[in-house]
Amino acid sequence: MKYALLIYGDETSPAVSPPQDSPEFAELIGGYMAFGEEAGSQGKIVAGEALHDTDVATTVTVVDGETVTTDGPFAETKEQLGGFYILECADLDEAIAWAAKIPTAKTGRIEVRPVQSYDDEGQPT
Amino acid sequence: MANLVSALGDLSAAEDAAQDAVETALETWSRDGIPDNPGAWITTVARRKAIDRIRRDKNRAEKSEALARLNLRHAERSDDELEEETIVRDEQLRLIYGCCHPSLSAEAQIALTLRAVAGLSTPEIASAFLLPEATLAQRLVRAKRKIRDAGVPFKIPDDAELLARTSEVHKVIYLLFNEGYAASDGDELIRTDLCDEAIRLGKLVANLLTDDAEAFGLVALMQLTHARRPARTNLDGSLVLLADQDRDLWDQELIDEGNEALEQAMRFAKPGPFQIQAAISALHCAARTADATDWEQIELLYRRWLAMARTPVVALNHLVAVSMVEGPKEAFDRLERGDLPETLAAYAPYWALRADLLAKLDRDEEAKAAYQTAASLAGSAPEQSFLQQKATQSDLTPGTN
Repeated sequence: MKYALLIYGDETSPAVSPPQDSPEFAELIGGYMAFGEEAGSQGKIVAGEALHDTDVATTVTVVDGETVTTDGPFAETKEQLGGFYILECADLDEAIAWAAKIPTAKTGRIEVRPVQSYDDEGQPT
Repeated sequence: MANLVSALGDLSAAEDAAQDAVETALETWSRDGIPDNPGAWITTVARRKAIDRIRRDKNRAEKSEALARLNLRHAERSDDELEEETIVRDEQLRLIYGCCHPSLSAEAQIALTLRAVAGLSTPEIASAFLLPEATLAQRLVRAKRKIRDAGVPFKIPDDAELLARTSEVHKVIYLLFNEGYAASDGDELIRTDLCDEAIRLGKLVANLLTDDAEAFGLVALMQLTHARRPARTNLDGSLVLLADQDRDLWDQELIDEGNEALEQAMRFAKPGPFQIQAAISALHCAARTADATDWEQIELLYRRWLAMARTPVVALNHLVAVSMVEGPKEAFDRLERGDLPETLAAYAPYWALRADLLAKLDRDEEAKAAYQTAASLAGSAPEQSFLQQKATQSDLTPGTN
């Protein structure tokens, strides 16, 4: 089964998002590299990306056929989506175990969402 | 199981069939989710499987022989039979750990366990929890959908997770037991089958984790509590307080079993809340008369429990012990000093204790008012009528409550 591990944290908090030249930043990056190494070497990672902060987000909606864009995230929240992985896991227990290994799990939260798949006729499987 | 036995008239075949059915259930459920009516589903599948089995085993021994086989002592069972038992046990454990998965809400865990493991119907569970049937049904549907869509596994957790996951399972088992014991249902004070089921599950889990002190503590606690059940109500269903119970009615065999489980737990020298509660219960069970109760030990145990879990209910129980050791004045003063949480004001036992203490201090009018409040907050009909009676009783002499 595929699971999306959505990485949430307060992007304004230095603990979640340390300044780029700080030792904390180096440690965080090291942690993510180690995670990628471990999960990657076991063939678990389907995809995974880090996202820029929400201050550069653009929100798009179509109203009466017209594209409407707004500056910023679609909702102002205390914790923002900062990145994600799509992992191939046997079951929810395995997905939870990987989620707990993501460095930001210590300072933020990881939402584990099963990925919905569809067959050729477009039916959920 | 009782369903199946009456349908098949052969206990041994029924057991085999139920085992087959649970096996099939676990395969199907982890693939497709739990069906709408797992109990009926198991029975249907089991009946079908039993017919298969009987056809297969035409030369099978007579029914009486099959029954005799069930009565064989553990040591005399064949390796095949022991292996079969292990399989059944493991399947039930997988079912329990699946239903009590931490990704499900606490409410969903208990509802699922009652439904899929204990085999209660949706209306039965709804009435046990004083919930509209539709709410409970919705809760089950949602939980089953999550199990299917999120890939919640039905398996015994890995060693690294086992202890933490088991403490979740303990909570559910104990809730199940309490639901059977206190049955806020109102109509039926005690639901023995729920308690028996909780004890059975407790043993199952304790035997899986042979080194978990609290697992044995939980079994001991449930047995020592359940042992007093026969004396807990009058024939008309009204409550009999511990002090007034006919102790000859207590189930001595179950008390012995409970004491044994408690001893087993204490060998690990890792005390925990279940063991402490079991020890308190054991002290009550050991007293031949109410006056012979070792309240000093009990007070110490409550104090120790409070140090581990400072909850309003424990604090209240501790005060009961204080009143027995140091007198009602000291207990009432502590109650008045108000180091208890405010939430207690909505809790019937708080008002009942307050009333008892006031009565013992000869403040009858205040006591009656407190009993009245307690009665209005009580969850079950027998509790309500008991407290109501106290509130209108003319003589509140200490010792009669």
